[in-house]
Amino acid sequence: MLMTTLIAGLVLGGSYALLAMGLTIQYGIARTMNLAYGETIIASAFAAYLLYNNLGISPILGLVIIAPAGFVFGWLVYGILMRPLVARSENTATLEINSILATFGLLFVIQGVMLVIFGGNYISYNYLNFGVEIIGVRVAANRLLALGLALTIGGGLYLLLTRTRWGTTLRAVAVNPAAAPLVGIDANRAARFAFALGGALASSGGVVVSMYQTFTASSGVIFTMKALIVVIMGGVGNLAGALFAGLILGLSETFVAAYISPGLTIAAVYIIFLVILLCRPAGLFGKVQK
Amino acid sequence: MKTALGFLVALTVLTALAFAPLFVGPYQLGLLIGLTGYVTLASAWALFSGRTGYVSLATVAFFGIGAYTVAVLSETMPYPLVLLVAAAIGLCVALLVGLATLRLAGVYFVIFSFGLAELVRQLVTWFETSVNGTLGRYIFLPLEAEHIYWQLLALAALTLLLTWWIQRTRLGLALKVIADDETVASHIGINIAWTKIALFTLSAIIMTLVGAIQAPRWTYVEPAIVFSPTVSFLTLIMALFGGASRLWGPALGAIPLFLLFEWLSASFPNHYSILLGLLFIIIVFLLPRGVVGFIEDKFQRKSPADLVEKPARVKEADQ
Repeated sequence: MLMTTLIAGLVLGGSYALLAMGLTIQYGIARTMNLAYGETIIASAFAAYLLYNNLGISPILGLVIIAPAGFVFGWLVYGILMRPLVARSENTATLEINSILATFGLLFVIQGVMLVIFGGNYISYNYLNFGVEIIGVRVAANRLLALGLALTIGGGLYLLLTRTRWGTTLRAVAVNPAAAPLVGIDANRAARFAFALGGALASSGGVVVSMYQTFTASSGVIFTMKALIVVIMGGVGNLAGALFAGLILGLSETFVAAYISPGLTIAAVYIIFLVILLCRPAGLFGKVQK
Repeated sequence: MKTALGFLVALTVLTALAFAPLFVGPYQLGLLIGLTGYVTLASAWALFSGRTGYVSLATVAFFGIGAYTVAVLSETMPYPLVLLVAAAIGLCVALLVGLATLRLAGVYFVIFSFGLAELVRQLVTWFETSVNGTLGRYIFLPLEAEHIYWQLLALAALTLLLTWWIQRTRLGLALKVIADDETVASHIGINIAWTKIALFTLSAIIMTLVGAIQAPRWTYVEPAIVFSPTVSFLTLIMALFGGASRLWGPALGAIPLFLLFEWLSASFPNHYSILLGLLFIIIVFLLPRGVVGFIEDKFQRKSPADLVEKPARVKEADQ
C-alpha cells in the first residue's frame, strides 16, 4: 500500500513538475500570466487520444507531432494576443492583470471549442495498460513511461537552459528584462520564444498525463491551478524548484486520496499552497526580496 | 444640487422598478431577479476589486455560502435570522481570507480567490456526502418571486448607496491614495491592510446576501449549482465591461451583458462559452476602462484628478 501510493505519487508529481515548468517559463521569462495554459494541456491530451485511437499512432510518436504544434500555438498566441498588451501596459502589474483577463477569454474559447467537438464526457485510452513489477509493487507500464518521459523532457529542458548560450539569453531576460537589451539581447523575441517553449511543454505534459489519467474538456482550469501552485511553491522562473514542488504536490495529493479521502485532494493542495504563500511568498527556494 | 438631482432620479427609477412585478409576467420577473442579482454582484465586486485592482474570482464562494446557509437553516430558523447568520458566516470567511491573503499581489490573489471557490465547493461536497450522507438539499420557503425581487432590489440600492457613501468618506480617500501609490499611502499613515480588509469584507457580505436571497428560487440546491465558477466569471466581465472604478459602471455593464448572456445561452447553448470568451477578449482589448470610462474619455471634460500626470506605478509584481 505504502509503496504503491509512493510510486503513484511520484508519477503524478513528475507530470505536475513537467506541466509547471512550462508555466514557470512563460510567467518568469515572458512575464505574462497565461490562464489558458491548462486548456493547451487538455487540447494536447485530446490530440494524443485522437491520434492513438483513430490513426493508431502511439503517444510517444504523437509527442513528436503535438509538442511542436504546441510551440507554434504558443508563438501565435503571444504574437496576436500578448504582444499588443505588452506594448500597451505601462508596468508589470498592469501587464499581469491585462494578460490574466485576455487569456481568460482564450480559456473560454478553447474550452468551448473542445466541448463542441468532444462533449463533456470523461475520456481515456488504453495504452500500455499492463502491470510491471518494480521493487515488489505492480505499477501500470503507462505510468512508468509517463514518469520517464516527464523526467527526460524536464531534465533536457534544464540542461538546455543552463548549459547553452541560448538558454542563458532566456535566463538573462528573466532576471532583468530592462537590462537585457543593453547586452544585445532582443528581449521581445526572447519573451516570444519563451512563451512558445512554454506552450510546447504544456503540450508534452498533456500527452504524458493523457497516457494514464482520464480527462474532460473542462478539466483544464484545475491543471492551470495546480501548475500555478507548483510554480509559486518552487519560485517563479525556478526550474529545479518546480520539479521539487511538483513532486511534493503529487505525493501529498496521492497520500491524501489514499489515506484520508479522495474528496479532499483539492483541500490538501490548497492548504499547502496557503501555508507556502504565507510563510514563503517567494517560493520554497526563492530569495526574499525587499 | 447635482447630488440632490441624482438622488431624485435614482429614487424615481427605484420606485418604478419596485412596481415592476405588478405589470410583468412570471418570465420577465425571473429575468428581473437574475438581472438585479448580477447588478448587485457586479457592484459589490467593483466595490473591492475595482478600487484596489485585486481581481477576485471568489465571488461564487460567498454567493454559494449564502445559498447553502439558507438551504441548511431555512427549516430551523425564521427567515430574517437565516439571512443574518448567512451574512455573519460571509463576514467570518472574508475576514479570515482577507487577513491571510491581501498581502498577495496580482496573479497570486487571482489564483487564490479562484481556488477558494473550488475549495469551499469541495469541502461542502465532501461534508454533505461523507458526513451527512446526501448530496443536495431542498428549500421550502413561503416566498413568492416578487418577494425575492424586492429584497434583491433593496440590496442593490443599498450597495450603490454604500459605494457612493464610501467614495466621500475618509475610507474612500484612503482608497484613492492606495490605488495611486501604496508607498505614499503607507507613509501618510493609511493602514493599507485594514482598508483592504474592510472593503473586501463588505463586498463579501453583500455577495453572500445575494446568494442567500436568491436561494429560494432554486428550490433544489447542490454544490455544483450554487458554486458554479461561471457566476464569478460573469460578475467579473460585467463589472469590467461597465467600468469597475465607477459608481454606476458595474450596473450599466451588468444590464446589457446579462440580457446578452441570457439570449446567448438560450440560442446557442453549445457555443456559449466560445462566444463568452471572444466577448471577454474584445472587452479587454477595446474597452480597458469599461464603457463608462470610454464615454468619459470621448465626450466629457477630464476631471481635475485625471489631468495630473500620474507617475508610473511601480509595484512588486513578482512578490
